[in-house]
Amino acid sequence: MAIRRKLKSDILFNIINLFLLSIIFIIAVYPIWFVLCASISDPVFVNTGKVLLLPKGVTFSGYVSVFKDPAILLGYRNTFFYTIIGTFINLCVTLPAAYALSRKDFVGNKLFTLIFLFTMFFSGGLIPTYLVISKLNMVNTIWVLLVVGATGMTNIILSRTFFVNSIPPEMQEAAQIDGCSNLRLFTNIILPLSKPIIAVMSLFFAVGHWNEYFTAMIYITIPKLKPLQLVLRDILVESQFNAKMIEQGVIDVGEISERLKLQELIRYSLIVVATLPVMCLYPFIQKYFVKGIMIGAVKA
Amino acid sequence: MDKQINPIYENPIYESKEFKKGRLHRGNFTKKCVLIKRNWQLYLFILPALAYFIIFCYIPMYGVQIAFKNYNGGAGITSSPWAEPIYKYFKMFFEGAWFTTTLKNTISLSLYSFAVGSILPVVLALMLNEADNIYFKKAIQNATYIPHFISTVVLVGMLNIMFSRTGLVNQLIALFGKEPILFLMKDKAFKHLYVWSGIWQGTGWGSIIYFAALSNVSVELYEAAIIDGASRFQKVIHINIPALMPTFIIMLILGAGSIMNVGYEKVLLMQTDLNLKASEVISTYVYKVGIIHSQFSLSSAVGLFNNVINLILLVTVNRIARSVSSNSLW
Repeated sequence: MAIRRKLKSDILFNIINLFLLSIIFIIAVYPIWFVLCASISDPVFVNTGKVLLLPKGVTFSGYVSVFKDPAILLGYRNTFFYTIIGTFINLCVTLPAAYALSRKDFVGNKLFTLIFLFTMFFSGGLIPTYLVISKLNMVNTIWVLLVVGATGMTNIILSRTFFVNSIPPEMQEAAQIDGCSNLRLFTNIILPLSKPIIAVMSLFFAVGHWNEYFTAMIYITIPKLKPLQLVLRDILVESQFNAKMIEQGVIDVGEISERLKLQELIRYSLIVVATLPVMCLYPFIQKYFVKGIMIGAVKA
Repeated sequence: MDKQINPIYENPIYESKEFKKGRLHRGNFTKKCVLIKRNWQLYLFILPALAYFIIFCYIPMYGVQIAFKNYNGGAGITSSPWAEPIYKYFKMFFEGAWFTTTLKNTISLSLYSFAVGSILPVVLALMLNEADNIYFKKAIQNATYIPHFISTVVLVGMLNIMFSRTGLVNQLIALFGKEPILFLMKDKAFKHLYVWSGIWQGTGWGSIIYFAALSNVSVELYEAAIIDGASRFQKVIHINIPALMPTFIIMLILGAGSIMNVGYEKVLLMQTDLNLKASEVISTYVYKVGIIHSQFSLSSAVGLFNNVINLILLVTVNRIARSVSSNSLW
């Protein structure tokens, strides 16, 4: 009888748990789903609440407008460039450093770790950094987005943890006894074994570059170099002013309504288009990355 | 011929001063020199990162002194005159119109998002851990990870669209027959919008680290609990939660160190002229005063103030954690 009592409370626990998890699932997914539906639906239906679960009045004019806008295409091209080159630079700076720090026989290991770690807790601040970058003549160049944020101690620690835990020191010692130089050791042995951490780091850096906007906002003012997020900001966030003025009845709604409707549609399509590459990348990396996070996170 | 001296037990070197001081055997210094020479390439490996940190982190630290100077662009950092009195810009900030507002907003936004945002990932991880069906588990995990990858700009764009007068939320409200609420124009609504959109975005991702910790709990603990007759719920309370405590405390400490850094990127995007009273935080103030109004010294002073408070909080929370539990950052 005692066992049956426990089973009952366990079943109740299970049901409540699954129920709550399902609600969480819906909360997590629904906004994204809504945006997807709204991006291909007639704006009239969207605004009157007819589009809740499925798109209605399917139209692709939003996407057409998005792909015709030269500013958006320029932003796209710039962001692709920054992301690919920037991620490569990030990897080249972070991974070797993390490997060096993972070696017990690396003299000065503690010293370097402390030097790097200190930057996590204290920084010069926005203005001094800005002054340094402008003294280096990096403002309004591609370099400011490629180099600033090239590495961070969190990523170095994550990578170092991976190297320490997943690459047996005996193998490295054996290679060194055989006369392998550190450089060859790194390129020919360590790197092929590091696919999980490379995948994880690439994902982190790539997403970071893709979503970057604040650094760009401070340092880049010429439209030629603007990344996608900055272009998005102009359209999605700044233009709120128009909508607000309408709501307050300042502007006569009249014939502007058509343009406004298209504007709304463009916003949804823009959101989808801006986030789609990251979403597509995600399933490919997902395989490595949950495992990688778990290894890194637990030890770190 | 000398009488035979045993080189091990009677080596004259034992009489020398150096040996008596313990420095003669091949000690650490020699070993280290050998290692440095052998691993010289590792120093090349670390060079880019070192150069990066020096240029972009340590040199700006040197520039922090302009918080105490009347910074003159022509004269540069070193030759700019010291401010009269030296704490002039700090005084300007503390007595300025925005001090109480920014401080109040920073702390309240921070504590709010900190309180909710520290607990929910733990709860999510605990709940996920109890789910039996592996496909269900994976589906929920992936669903909750995705919002993390949405950029801040897109997130704020979504907020603006969904909470506008004709947006999704007001449509749902209309279904219940109520009047539409202008969320974006009320400064009271700002902090809730800010915090809960952050929760939506970050809970799934934040639960990863706890989920990983949970998967490390030894099975024997669970078996012992079953023998003792524990229900699912009791198992969670007595096994899972203590297992997560170390990680949780570390995350708390790290979070305490950035309390004053309320994610200025998102706040900046969410600010409008109408909600400025509730949305201006210290970091956005630093940005506006420094980059837009070019008051470099004032901005640096505020930024330094921010940084120092963070550091003090970090050390304090770490000390508390160290004395209360056995977990701490250092």
